[in-house]
Amino acid sequence: MARLVELLLLLVILTNFIVLGTTRLSTCIRAVALQGFLLGVLPLALYPRGELHTWGLALGTVAVKAVILPRFLRWAIREAAVRREVEPRVGYALSLLLGVAAVAVAFAISGRLPLPEGARAMLVPAALATVILGLFVLITRSKALVQVVGYLMLENGVYLFGLTHVEEVPFLVEAGVLLDVFVGVFIMGIVVFHINREFDSLDSTRLSELVDR
Amino acid sequence: MILLGLVAVPALAAAGAYAHREAPWRTAWLITGALLHLGLVAFAWASRPGPALGGWLALDALGSIVLATVSVLFAVIASYTVGYLRWEQPRGGRAFVSCLLVFLAAASLVALSHHFVLLWIGLEATTLAVAPLIFHRHDRRSLEAVWKYLVISSVAIALALLGVFFLATAQAGAGRPLVLEDLVAQGTRLHPDWLKAAFIFLLVGFGTKMGLAPLHTWKPDAYGEAPGLVGGLMAGALTSCAFLAVARSTQVALAAGVGPFIRPLLLAFGLLSLGVAAAFLVGQTDLRRLLAYSSVEHMGLLALGLGLGAAGSYGAVLHMINNAFVKGLLFLAAGNLLLRGAAGTHRTPVSAGLLLVGLFAVTGSPPFGTFLSEFAILGAAFQGGHYWIAGTALALLALIFVALAVRILGVIHGPSPGAAEAARESPWLVAGPIALALAVLLLGVYLPSALVDALGAAAGALGGRAP
Amino acid sequence: MSWSALLGLAIVLGLAPLLPGVAAKTRARLTGRRGAPLLQLYRDLARLWRKGVVYSRTTTFAFRVAPVVLVVTAVLAACLVPLDGRRALVGFSGDFVAFAALLALGRFALVLAAWDTGSSFEGMGASREVTVAAFAEPALFLTFVALVLASGSLSLGGALGAPLAAAWPSAAPALALVTASLFLVLLAEGSRVPVDDPATHLELTMIHEVMVLDHSGLDLALILYGGALKLSLFGALLVGAVAPRAEIPPAIAVGVLVAGLLVVAMAVGVVESVMARLRLSRVPQFLTAASALAALAVILLLVR
Repeated sequence: MARLVELLLLLVILTNFIVLGTTRLSTCIRAVALQGFLLGVLPLALYPRGELHTWGLALGTVAVKAVILPRFLRWAIREAAVRREVEPRVGYALSLLLGVAAVAVAFAISGRLPLPEGARAMLVPAALATVILGLFVLITRSKALVQVVGYLMLENGVYLFGLTHVEEVPFLVEAGVLLDVFVGVFIMGIVVFHINREFDSLDSTRLSELVDR
Repeated sequence: MILLGLVAVPALAAAGAYAHREAPWRTAWLITGALLHLGLVAFAWASRPGPALGGWLALDALGSIVLATVSVLFAVIASYTVGYLRWEQPRGGRAFVSCLLVFLAAASLVALSHHFVLLWIGLEATTLAVAPLIFHRHDRRSLEAVWKYLVISSVAIALALLGVFFLATAQAGAGRPLVLEDLVAQGTRLHPDWLKAAFIFLLVGFGTKMGLAPLHTWKPDAYGEAPGLVGGLMAGALTSCAFLAVARSTQVALAAGVGPFIRPLLLAFGLLSLGVAAAFLVGQTDLRRLLAYSSVEHMGLLALGLGLGAAGSYGAVLHMINNAFVKGLLFLAAGNLLLRGAAGTHRTPVSAGLLLVGLFAVTGSPPFGTFLSEFAILGAAFQGGHYWIAGTALALLALIFVALAVRILGVIHGPSPGAAEAARESPWLVAGPIALALAVLLLGVYLPSALVDALGAAAGALGGRAP
Repeated sequence: MSWSALLGLAIVLGLAPLLPGVAAKTRARLTGRRGAPLLQLYRDLARLWRKGVVYSRTTTFAFRVAPVVLVVTAVLAACLVPLDGRRALVGFSGDFVAFAALLALGRFALVLAAWDTGSSFEGMGASREVTVAAFAEPALFLTFVALVLASGSLSLGGALGAPLAAAWPSAAPALALVTASLFLVLLAEGSRVPVDDPATHLELTMIHEVMVLDHSGLDLALILYGGALKLSLFGALLVGAVAPRAEIPPAIAVGVLVAGLLVVAMAVGVVESVMARLRLSRVPQFLTAASALAALAVILLLVR
C-alpha cells in the first residue's frame, strides 16, 4: 500500500508539471481533472480498512473534482475564441525549472518539520509542492481560466495536507469543505464566462480599469 | 436547538426568497428572516443556551457579541433594502435577496462555531455569498471588482484552511480535534512550531478577509463597485466575522503560550494597515473607495488592539461593534447620495447630514462610541509602554481625520445642480442609517451592563481585561 | 574483458541498423501503410558502400574526417555501456562523463563538417542540432546523476548493473521518472519525432538530415550507421535502467537487451505515428520537461 501511495503522490506532482508546461487550455483542465481523480483514490489507498465514510469521501471527491468541475470549466470557455494561453509572464521552460525548484523546496521544508509516520511521510512534501505550484500558476498566468485551474491546484494541495488527518476530521466536515470548493469554483466559472462575454477574451490583463485616482 | 435555529432560519428564508418570482414576497421573506433572526439572538442572549453538535456549536461571550452586531446590522440593512429594491431593480433580484440571507446564515455559523473547520466553512460561505452581490450591476467595472475579490479571497481562505490543518497537526490528539475548548484547555500540549506556522497562515488568510494591509488590495475595488448596502454589509458584518476568526486563532495561540511570537505580528499588521490607509486616503476621490480605505484603517486598529492585549482586547471588541454600525451608516448614506446621481445638501439633505455625522463617528470623535474604543486601544498602548506605537497611531489617525474630512465635506457641499429635485428621501432609505447613527451615539454614552459583562468576558478570553 | 561483454558489443554493433527500420515499420503500420522492409537500412548501407564519394571543392579535411570520427566515438562509447547487464568492456569511475563527451565529440565533428561546406542549409542544421544538444545534455546528465544516486556507483557499469539491480525495489518511482526522461532524450538525440522528423523532405524543417546533406557514398553510409548506433546506445541505457539483468545468465541478458532494444524502437515508432513534430521554439520546452523529470527523480532519491 505504501508503494501505491508513493506512486499516486508522484503522479499528482507530475500533473502539476503538466499544467506548468502546457499551452493548451483544455490540457490544463484535463490535468486538474486527473489530479482530482488521484486525490479521490488516495484516501482509499491510505486507509485501506475501507469504512463507509472513506468510500463516500473518495466518491464525492472524484465526482466533484474529476468530473463536475472540469466539465463546468469546459462549458465556461466553450465560447472562447482562443484555445491556447498567450505567453505567460514567466515562460514555460522557466516555469518547469521553477516547478522543480519548488518541489525541492517542499521536500526540504518537510525534512525539517516533525512528520507523522509511514506512508504519510511523502504526503506533506507533495501537498506543499502542490500548494506552491498552484500559487505559482495563479500568479504568473494571464488567462482567467488558468488562474482558476491554479486555484484548484492550491485547494488540492491543501486537501492533500488534510489527508494526514482524515481519521480525526470526520466525513461531514470534509464534505463541507468539498462543497465550499465546489461552489467557489462554480462562481468563479460563471465570472469567467462573463469575462469571456464582456471582453471577448479570457485575458485577465484586460481587467485594469479600476485604479486609484 | 436555538443555535441550530440561528443558522437554519436565514437559510430557509433564503430558499423561500429564491422560490418566489414576485418582488414583494421576496422582500417579505427578507424582513421576516432578519426580524426572526434578531429575535432569536435576543432570546439567546437572555437564555444562554448550551453547546450543540457535540461542542461544535456554542455561544460564548465573544461569539454572542459578534452575532448580535451582525444581526442588528443586517436587520437595519434589510430595512434599507426594501427601499433600495423599489428604487433600483438589480438584475436577478432573486439572487440578490437570497444571497443576503445566505450571508446571514453563514455569518451566524461563523459566530457560533467552536470547531475550526466549521468556522472556515462559514467564512468561505460568507465570501461566496457576497460575490454575486458585488457583481449585481453586471458591467465591466463590477466584473473586474468581483474577479479580483474572488481570486484574492479564495486564495486567502485556502491558505487559512492550510493553517487549520497545521493546527490539527499541532494538536495531534490532545482532546477533540480542532474544537476550541479543547485547544485552549490543552494549550501547553500543542506543538509550538506547527502552532506558529498555523497562526501565520491563519492570520494571512483571515487577515485578507478582514482587509489588513498588505492583503487589502481587493477592498477598494470590491467596496467601490458594490451597491451601498452591500458595501455596508461587507464593511460591517463580513469584517467582524473575519475579525472573530482571527480572534479565535489568537485565543488558541495565547493559551498555548506563543503570545510573544504572535503579538508583534498583530502589531505589525495593525500599524501597516493604519499607514497604508492614511497614505491612500489622502487625495482619494471616489467616495466608496474612500470608505474602503477607512475600513482598512479600522481593521488595523482592531489588529493593534488584539496585539496589545490588556485593555486593548476590550477596546478591540468594543471597536468592532462601533465600526460595524458606523460603516453601515456611512455606506448607506453614501449609497443614498450616489443613488441620486450627485451629492449635495439640496437633493439628499438627510443623507448628507448623516454622512457628516458618520465622518465624526468614523474618526473617533466624542461623544460617539468609536471615541471610547479607540481611547481604550491607545490607552492600552501607552500603559504597556509602547510609546512609539501609540504615537505613530495617533499621528496616522490625525492624518486620516484630515483626509476624510476634506473629502467628505467636499462631497456634502457638492455642486448644487440647477433644478433641485424633490428633497424628500424615501423613509425606508434613511430610517436605517438614522438608527445606526443613534446606536453609535448611544454606545458612546451608555453601555448596557449585559454588554459590559460580555465585553469583559471576551477580553478575558483574548488575554486582556476590562479597563 | 569478459566474453559476454564482447558478445553484447558485437551484437549491438551488428543490430544497430535494424532499429530505425523497426521504428519506420511500426510507424507505417500504425498509419495504415505497409512501409519499407525491416532491413532497408542494411541495403542502403551496402548500396552506399559501393558508390563513389563526391567532395565539394570548398571542403577541407574536416569534412572527410567527420564521418569516421562519428563512428569511432560511437563505438568507443558503446564500450562503456554494460551491454550484458554486468560490466562494460571498459569501465572506470566517472565514465558516464566520458560517454557523454564521446558522443558530443562525434556531434562536434559533424558540425565542423557542416560548417566546412559553407552552405547555409548545413549551417542552419548545425546550429539547430547544437541547440537541441545544449538542452538535451543537462537532462542526460541529470539522469546519470539519478542513476549514480540510486546505485551508489560512479561508473556506468555499476550504475546500470548489479548495484542498480539491488536498489531497484526501493527506488522504483525515481527510476520510472529516469526512464521517461531517458526516452525523451533518446527522441531528441536520435533525431526522432517530436524533435526532428526523419521522414520529411523539406530541408527547412529538418535538423539532423539537413546538416549532413553534402555527404555521399561511404561517408553517408558511415553517418547513417553512426546515427543508428547512437540510437541503440541510448536504447541500451534505457533498457539498463528499466531491466537490471545482473542476476540472470549473461547470454540471456544479452538476449533481453536485444528484445528491449526492439521494444524501444517500436515505442519510438508509436510516438512517431501519434505525434507531430514540435515547432522549433517548443523544443527547448520539451527538453526542459525531460530535465524536470530527471531532476524530480534526483530529488526523490536524495530524500530517500
